[in-house]
Amino acid sequence: MSVGPETVRKIARLARIDVPDAALAPLAGELSAILGWVEQLAEVDTEGVAPMTAVIPTRLRWRDDVVSDGDIQAKVLANAPAAMSGFFAVPKVIE
Amino acid sequence: MSDLTDLGLAAMARGLAARDFSAAELTAAHLEAMAANRHLNAFIVETPEIATAQAAAADAALARGDAGRLAGIPLGIKDLFCTEGVQTTAGSKILAGFVPQYESTVSGKLLADGAVMLGKLNMDEFAMGSSNETSAYGRVISPWRAADGSNRELVPGGSSGGSAAAVAARLCAGATGTDTGGSIRQPASFVGISGIKPTYGRCSRWGVVAFASSLDQAGPMARSVEDCALLLTSMCGFDPKDSTSLDVAVPDFAAGLTGDLSGKRIGVPREYRLDGMDATIAALWEQGLAWARDAGATIVDVSLPHTKYALPTYYIIAPAEASSNLARYDGVRYGLRVTPEGGNLADMYGATRATGFGAEVQRRIMIGTYVLSAGFYDAYFTKAQKVRALIARDFELAFEQCDLLLTPTAPSAAFAFGDIVDPLAMYLNDVFTVPSSLAGLPAMSVPAGLSNAGLPLGLQIIGRPLDEMGVLDAGLAIERAAGFTARPESRR
Repeated sequence: MSVGPETVRKIARLARIDVPDAALAPLAGELSAILGWVEQLAEVDTEGVAPMTAVIPTRLRWRDDVVSDGDIQAKVLANAPAAMSGFFAVPKVIE
Repeated sequence: MSDLTDLGLAAMARGLAARDFSAAELTAAHLEAMAANRHLNAFIVETPEIATAQAAAADAALARGDAGRLAGIPLGIKDLFCTEGVQTTAGSKILAGFVPQYESTVSGKLLADGAVMLGKLNMDEFAMGSSNETSAYGRVISPWRAADGSNRELVPGGSSGGSAAAVAARLCAGATGTDTGGSIRQPASFVGISGIKPTYGRCSRWGVVAFASSLDQAGPMARSVEDCALLLTSMCGFDPKDSTSLDVAVPDFAAGLTGDLSGKRIGVPREYRLDGMDATIAALWEQGLAWARDAGATIVDVSLPHTKYALPTYYIIAPAEASSNLARYDGVRYGLRVTPEGGNLADMYGATRATGFGAEVQRRIMIGTYVLSAGFYDAYFTKAQKVRALIARDFELAFEQCDLLLTPTAPSAAFAFGDIVDPLAMYLNDVFTVPSSLAGLPAMSVPAGLSNAGLPLGLQIIGRPLDEMGVLDAGLAIERAAGFTARPESRR
């Protein structure tokens, strides 16, 4: 599959990465090369093969549904680029 | 430079126990070596105050007689491991200034056993790279130089390139690495040291910055197999905080080492004989098989028919998982935030991620986003997970005929900066390491010889799930037979 600049623009938006217009075409070339290369998997017969979901067969463990941590507001906010009144602060969302 | 830094980790432990020297002296010698080798750029952050305090605590414990197995051993910690109170960046600008409020399970276990942390080691950004050229904190330079007189600066391999360079240059006794598709083994091979990636689930991933969660696995890098075994014993163990952590007993790997391969069957996967394979590496591989035979093993030919599909499978699965894992870097809770003038929340996300992530990371996030997007998910991601199951089955079938596999670690020796610029060509560095990563198997690289240019070459041993002991024993047999004593010349 070869992707064009418009597809790259769409992927970049989905990935929330601003890509300047001038970079769209070169990036399309790079991504197309990688996608073209991985497409050789199409030649592998995977009929009836279950997709691998765990490297070592294991059952996810359960634990009691209880609070096991907490009261560490200062630690949670310690690395916030902006925090106010015990909350993370972000640019205004609603006009 | 002090001779103390030349000792192996096990010899350091013996010397500390016998009080031949103190942990304070050992740490001071390493801090001095670090200061004299800053041109290698192996460390992003040095932590001399922490190291000195930890060394004093180790000396006190040694005097009291209740010291842990790694008391006073100076280690470097890859910057992918969260370290409480010490900046952790994963080699990325987007985490500049991030100071974890908690300690990763693996680094915490090493410290609990008495280890001394010298600092945080440089690496490819988010562990995405094979040459350390993608770090936002500058490239790590290998302490090695080719013997061809060119004196070009060489890559240390990646992504654990800082770990590799620091251990090879005697700046630390050992280091933590992480391996997603070869990030412990390929750099170990490039700088002439040992490194083991244990079975997926042996080492807790808790507190390790995530790249591709179904592949990421921590492991030790050091200058001998015994040193790796000592570190591995401390690093492994069940952790309820990691949902894929294996609840199995951890043997004392160092105590169990014999180097005896009597009765072992060593498999040679025929698909690893690549067209146009470097003749020196092919010869070294043959030599390794002869060494294994001398140590008592029988050699058997085996087939891993889906080998050629491992890299393309990896380059769907790893970016897919990365695109999901790296969604958390949005400028809200930690790390970089870039808000364009008058911009809203969505503008902030896009600008933060465009500024904070480097080119290779952006490329992989976009590949991952694409292969997971509506309409392409089955054709790419599900297909890759099916091929991955076939690759894992190849190994299962091969291990019906043999106990271990022996292969080269990497298709070449270390290359110079800028020699490989095409992303696809760079990915081929991991051709021998990615298949075992996809299957979650334990695998290690041991230095075995030198290229024509006098640069280290490693051999890789791959084992059955949870057979780290067998892998280490074969590693020790190769190490003894190879007698690898070459060392980097550029120590200043």
